[in-house]
Amino acid sequence: MQKSTFAAAVLGAAFAFALPASAAEFAFDKKGMHASITWRIKHLGYSWMSGRFDNFDGTFSFDDKAPDASKVKVDIDVASISSNHGERDKHLRSPDYLDTAAFPKATFESTSVKMSGDGKAKITGNFTMRGVTKEIVIDAERVGGGPDPWGGTREGFSGTTQLTLADFKMKKELGPSSAIVYLTLDVEGVKK
Amino acid sequence: MIIRDTHTGYGIVTRLFHWLMAIAIVAIFALGYWMVGLQYDNPYYNSAPDLHRSLGILLAIALLVRFGWRLVNVHPDDSELSKLERLGAKAAHWGFYVLLLAITLSGYFISTSDGRPVDVFGLFSVPSAVVSKEMTDTAGYIHRILAYIVIALAVLHSAAALKHHFVDRSTILKRMWSGPPET
Repeated sequence: MQKSTFAAAVLGAAFAFALPASAAEFAFDKKGMHASITWRIKHLGYSWMSGRFDNFDGTFSFDDKAPDASKVKVDIDVASISSNHGERDKHLRSPDYLDTAAFPKATFESTSVKMSGDGKAKITGNFTMRGVTKEIVIDAERVGGGPDPWGGTREGFSGTTQLTLADFKMKKELGPSSAIVYLTLDVEGVKK
Repeated sequence: MIIRDTHTGYGIVTRLFHWLMAIAIVAIFALGYWMVGLQYDNPYYNSAPDLHRSLGILLAIALLVRFGWRLVNVHPDDSELSKLERLGAKAAHWGFYVLLLAITLSGYFISTSDGRPVDVFGLFSVPSAVVSKEMTDTAGYIHRILAYIVIALAVLHSAAALKHHFVDRSTILKRMWSGPPET
């Protein structure tokens, strides 16, 4: 199934569980936390440092007949940023960076999903952070999906995108190699 | 050299505590004010906060020892002051102890709330006592606000000392500088 196309995979899953062939709504598995939003940024151009957002939520829908009609929505509690360093996290929450007191939420809402034949998709949407909304493209890939051992149905995706810090008014100069932060979203959705 | 405080003035220990801590408080405040504005590529971006934390811990230790010293010493006579002046001075002195304790504690919490210890000049380190992500920002806010307040109090305290010296022609400032008369 993983080798088949995205659409075929979804169809396959649908047939296997006799689901109606229509859009299904999925919620991120926040309860069991099979989802993460991690980021990576270069330090001095010498190494990668990574961190994550610990608290976020989201939903996506899937139309097995028309996968391009899929939709994704993500809400991130920006203050939940963690880089495994308390003083740095405090600095990241401050007005120098995310200004989480003024802008506690970051959101992503897809506007279009374009499937390519190999289980991959380009998800275009509006990403809002620090009061700035920018159109971004997430390169997404279906990792797997189907029944879980506990009577539910799950679909999992992995997506990557990149953000230029200055676009979101984070002007604190970190050096030329640290202008862009790379985000990875790994989410497993449980069918509602 | 008179070590302990007497009814007529302050011994060398109290005077050293007073002036060294006065210099330390102003220096640590200025260092803190300056370091939070440093750009990432500044050579002192890491060493300035290291120095600030180290000096802060030493200040906290000095504060506790000085408080202990105060408890086992007599207070020089202040009957030349009016009732209001005595009350104001007392409030200011206690204010210093409370503020400095709160400032050093909140600073310690900023640095240790992720479980990391605070290193003091590479000589020793103070371990983390409470791990709380939520506490870090609150501690930072308290640390900043109280630092401004303690500097304001220091200005008030200095102005009062200068007033006693120049307006009232009192020896109150002098006796914090030179010890009580040797008998």
